[in-house]
Amino acid sequence: MDEKRKRLTISRRDFLKGGAIGTAALSSGLLLRSGVEAQSAPPGAKISRITLKINGAAHTLEADNRWTLLYILRDQLGLTGAKQGCDGGQCGACTVLIDGKPLYACMVLGIAAPGKEILTIEGLAKGEELHPVQQAFVEEMGYQCAFCTPGMILSAKGLLDRNPKPSETDIRQGLAGNLCRCAAYPKIIRAVTAAAKRIAS
Amino acid sequence: MEGFVYSQPGTLREAFSLLTNKKGKLVAGGTDLLGEIQDGIIAPGLLVSLERIQGLKTMREEKNGLRIGALVTLAELESDKIVAEHYPLLAAAAGEVATPQLRAQATIGGNLCQRPRCWYYRGDFNCLKKGGAVCYAEDGENQYHAILGGGPCHIVHPSDMAVALLAMGASARVVGPRGEKTVPLEKFFVLPQVDVKRETILAPGEILVEIRVPKPLPEARWVFRKMRERGAWDFALVSVAAYAVTKDKVIQEARIVLGGVAPIPWRAVRAEQALKGKTLTGPVMRLAGEATVTDARPLSQNEYKIRLARNLVRQVLATLA
Repeated sequence: MDEKRKRLTISRRDFLKGGAIGTAALSSGLLLRSGVEAQSAPPGAKISRITLKINGAAHTLEADNRWTLLYILRDQLGLTGAKQGCDGGQCGACTVLIDGKPLYACMVLGIAAPGKEILTIEGLAKGEELHPVQQAFVEEMGYQCAFCTPGMILSAKGLLDRNPKPSETDIRQGLAGNLCRCAAYPKIIRAVTAAAKRIAS
Repeated sequence: MEGFVYSQPGTLREAFSLLTNKKGKLVAGGTDLLGEIQDGIIAPGLLVSLERIQGLKTMREEKNGLRIGALVTLAELESDKIVAEHYPLLAAAAGEVATPQLRAQATIGGNLCQRPRCWYYRGDFNCLKKGGAVCYAEDGENQYHAILGGGPCHIVHPSDMAVALLAMGASARVVGPRGEKTVPLEKFFVLPQVDVKRETILAPGEILVEIRVPKPLPEARWVFRKMRERGAWDFALVSVAAYAVTKDKVIQEARIVLGGVAPIPWRAVRAEQALKGKTLTGPVMRLAGEATVTDARPLSQNEYKIRLARNLVRQVLATLA
């Protein structure tokens, strides 16, 4: 089929098919995504020895340059608190704090992360004692299925660290980069409000 | 797919030599580039990070205006005190981009150099931009595509910051292996009819290092508005930045720039002409709105953008009046 003809006959169905092909191509792993089977020696792999500081501890590993921080956390280090949702910077479930700022771990290359302080949900509580934001999420039931909760809590911590007395608008804007598929937003906002009070007292 | 070498040069000179030796891509915050690699649009063998190059992360105000290093993040622009006080149009636009997480990572330089969001470009289509023979948007799903300046490719430029910076008369400092140049931001962007494969003047090996924003006149006023389908975390359907200098309510100078309507941030020159020497009355604002879209040519599904652009310009001017 020549290009002109193809142009005329492209339909919504073709468009969706195109999307599906794109999705299939993803799982072959260009940037290795979390959950994708790691090939032991992928063709053309460029390996670097990196040391990451995560939750106060140093982790040294041989990392493929294509690995995202999310992939390293979950599949190399077993830190599965950061969740893999979209794996493309569109849902917020993988939010971690890097040098105190909430960032998407799926949008950060592992190779770019040495020298930075990475905090995941696993590093937030002190032993058995929950962080005030965690405690507030529990008490206010700021979740339903809880898949988004680690990301929500770390976004909330990032917000409260820079703005300890947020208005409801501040909270909504501060959490605008985290989606909750259950739409538990009212209780999430209540939890962050309660966390701010808890930290202030 | 081949892996890539990741390089973190400490100087621009080193970066240039890396870029000339191999097929490399520059990476700043990486939020756009990683998506392009993940989606298989590009497969660079080398990533050259700008993160360790001295001076690219600083922002400072001088007598003539603001100098913003290309690696200053959008979150920094959003929260900086000097920007908030003297260049609030930039802070307003920065605060409307994406999400707190992306703003903390995304840089001003990367925002201006980001690639289009067109779903044919991002998807598995060999479109004009990727060396193919066809713009699939022409006869396809084109509700988010260009109404002005389109053809042969019909992308819209996705940057909010470019719209605000253009309204403020900003310029871009570009450094290459053979020297440097400073170009008005208007001349930084390239229409597809000039070169369909890129959106900026940057040649391979050239690096955008700094944005310069002239200090606004004391009597200048400005507004930024972004229309989108969701309340947050979305690209603009249409955005408008307006900058106006008035004297005794008469407009001496106006700059009206639109995002989401054209393959480059679009300066509405006809609207500006309609405003010069006038006071902002209802009829003048209506005329400026009409003038904005005089040249518009919609595709099959995006005629709504004409009304949106026209009315948004009127609304923005009403805020200035």
